[in-house]
Amino acid sequence: MATIFGLDYQTLWFLVIGGVFTGYAILDGFDLGAGALHLFFNKETSRRIALNAIGPVWDGNEVWLVIGGGALFAGFPGVYAAVFSAFYVPFMLFLTVLIFRAISIEFRSKEAMPWWRKMWDVCYCLSSATIAFLLGVVLGNLLLGIPIDDKGNFTGTLAYFLNPYSVMVGITTLALFMMHGAIYLVMKTEDRLYAKLTVMVRNTTIFFSISILLLSFYTLLYIPHLSNAIRNNSWMFFIPVAMVFAIANITRMVAKRQYRFAFVSSSITVSLLLIIVAVELYPNMVISTASPAYNLTVYNSASSEKSLGIMLLVAAIGVPLVIAYTTFVFWTFKGKVKLDEMSY
Amino acid sequence: MDVEILSRIQFAFTISFHYIYPPLSIGLGLVMVAMEGLYLKTGNKLYENMTKFYTKIFALIFGIGVATGIVMEFEFGTNWATYSKYVGDVFGSALAAEGIFAFALESGFLGVLLFGWNKVSPRVHFFSTVMVTLGSMFSAIWIVVANSWQQTPTGYKIEGEGLAARAVITDFWEMVFNPSSIQRVSHVWIGSFIAGAFLVLSISAYYILRKKHLPFARSSFKIALCVATVSSLLQLVAGHASADVVAEHQPAKLAALEGHFEKDKAADMYLLGYIDTKNKKTVGLNIPGGLSFLTHGDFKAPVKGLNNFRQQDQPQALNVVFQTYHLMISIGMFMIALTLFACWHWYKDSLFEKKWLMHVFMWSVFLPQLANQAGWFAAETGRQPWVVYGLLRTSDALSQAVKAEQVVFSLILFSVVYTLLFALFIYLLNKKIKHGPSHPEEDIDHSPQLKSMANELGYTK
Repeated sequence: MATIFGLDYQTLWFLVIGGVFTGYAILDGFDLGAGALHLFFNKETSRRIALNAIGPVWDGNEVWLVIGGGALFAGFPGVYAAVFSAFYVPFMLFLTVLIFRAISIEFRSKEAMPWWRKMWDVCYCLSSATIAFLLGVVLGNLLLGIPIDDKGNFTGTLAYFLNPYSVMVGITTLALFMMHGAIYLVMKTEDRLYAKLTVMVRNTTIFFSISILLLSFYTLLYIPHLSNAIRNNSWMFFIPVAMVFAIANITRMVAKRQYRFAFVSSSITVSLLLIIVAVELYPNMVISTASPAYNLTVYNSASSEKSLGIMLLVAAIGVPLVIAYTTFVFWTFKGKVKLDEMSY
Repeated sequence: MDVEILSRIQFAFTISFHYIYPPLSIGLGLVMVAMEGLYLKTGNKLYENMTKFYTKIFALIFGIGVATGIVMEFEFGTNWATYSKYVGDVFGSALAAEGIFAFALESGFLGVLLFGWNKVSPRVHFFSTVMVTLGSMFSAIWIVVANSWQQTPTGYKIEGEGLAARAVITDFWEMVFNPSSIQRVSHVWIGSFIAGAFLVLSISAYYILRKKHLPFARSSFKIALCVATVSSLLQLVAGHASADVVAEHQPAKLAALEGHFEKDKAADMYLLGYIDTKNKKTVGLNIPGGLSFLTHGDFKAPVKGLNNFRQQDQPQALNVVFQTYHLMISIGMFMIALTLFACWHWYKDSLFEKKWLMHVFMWSVFLPQLANQAGWFAAETGRQPWVVYGLLRTSDALSQAVKAEQVVFSLILFSVVYTLLFALFIYLLNKKIKHGPSHPEEDIDHSPQLKSMANELGYTK
């Protein structure tokens, strides 16, 4: 079996996909969160500033989802096929909402009528919140396991997806993104909108802290397979500890008005949460509730080593480039938002 | 209806709708690179104004292209799970490369292109415009390579049997440069250039007819006419090259394209006609032996006909394949004639005097769209009954877990959403065009020979 740094290709590609989805959660997380907060801003100018704060970057952020989907298709076709066909209806709804969100951002500014703008504001806010929630629900189902047979085909019903655990993961994801989005917006705004956002940062941080606490208790009490890895490898306990410190550091940095560091802390929180997900799932990617023998693992659903080798090379060349020009774009638009003739 | 036909309708519908936008982005991007390049070179504000105006239209098109493109990526897995498992190993790497190299490039720099006018220097901005255009061209490469592999698979081996069978890559470059890749990528690129150029031609012709933003419109018209003429001519070469590949590697498709039934006989080339499927013959205006001549350089050379193939290996919708193919060719020929005619009048300095010509150009924006769609319909329905030519049948490629009523649900959902989306697109595009470039007073080219014209038109301060 071919390895790099002692890790086999399947595991490495699992890490690449984990990395891309973490990048997606950090980047699209803040603009989805900003969207979910949109209706809390009352004045037209505030809404425009909030929208233009994410204006130049949201499209680029969403690309990480496309890369993640492509990476999954390429590296683990079995998982891609099983998950996407199992979640048929939720994914179709997800796509519809994604389209509505994109068009509300694009179309809102094109007419000045108050009803037009209000309509797209509502559409933008609800779609952002729904996307965050649905992403969480999908993650929740993956953590819990879904009924799939020996051929990787889903055997459950639509109602299966909205189980209490997945709904809790959905709400926690929404809360996390709202906090992350509020911190991003506070970096981008001035004056009264800024003052209002500092309050929002506090409230959303409380909302997230409560959600994650309840979710953690629920997981530990009722879903034992999601703490196996950390229970068996006690050194891994540093991951949840680091996460708690990262959350605490958000409030500390907000109090010091060092919002850039607060944003880094909330990004670290997102990463650590997904690292916990990864270590608890690995080597499984989809857990079958029908029988552990039907689990889709990084080994039984991966592409050939030849194919994975090519893709690792593509990623090794491509990812640094993506990071370089993402940084360039964010650097170009750093600082507070100023509206001009080309703005939304 | 069963899951197969419903899934095929849904895929055809969503991909056709999506395919309105990416070719426009690629083509318009190229025209914008030309405009902004001229601005950098001459410093003439007119070109800057032009780039800014078309950037706004580009943003609208690009936004819808991205939104409808994500649907495509999901649909492989949701509706075609068996296909995804079958091909994942082979062109997963092509799709991953598209995401990382192409899509990220264009979406990243799009922010600078749209909002960076006052944030970066003109040179960096021009660089961003070039990167966005290159990004959209790269993404065409990877996705067309993947599709070409489905048409002419190479560089793979088959592992496993039945539903568990899958194609496994053996040689990456052989997969990328499969026999039809280069021809089909160029064919798609040029089709996109034509689509973008004709959009600019249409908008400019509209302004010229309305006598609005004249220097702006005339100058944009000329830039776009150059792109359109060169591309239309090149398309003749690229199109012919694509057909040659079909003749060599997909004989059943070639037979369907020209409605050729008889086993190993000389084949005619039709200009117009239809396939009488009941009597297994084709009726219409033809060049006897034309197809034999084009593929073998000999009017009497035998060409495989549909009768050479078993019924279950022939494309089913023969008339769709035949008609869409011929529609594409007719439109292509018309566009060559139209652009050459316009160039001749440009040479004679009478380009903008012919009102009827401007009317023709205004409505011609639909032609490349029709030709692009028709070409893809011919390529994809002609590949049937295979989804991967000769390897995997479309009927075997479906998701086993998905039921007909779920596809009905999503099909209705997409119909409603896309209708709404299209209505909004047309409304906003129309509004942007009516609004015109933002600073009409900057339309004036202050070079001496145009000053008198500007005075006549009432543009003086």
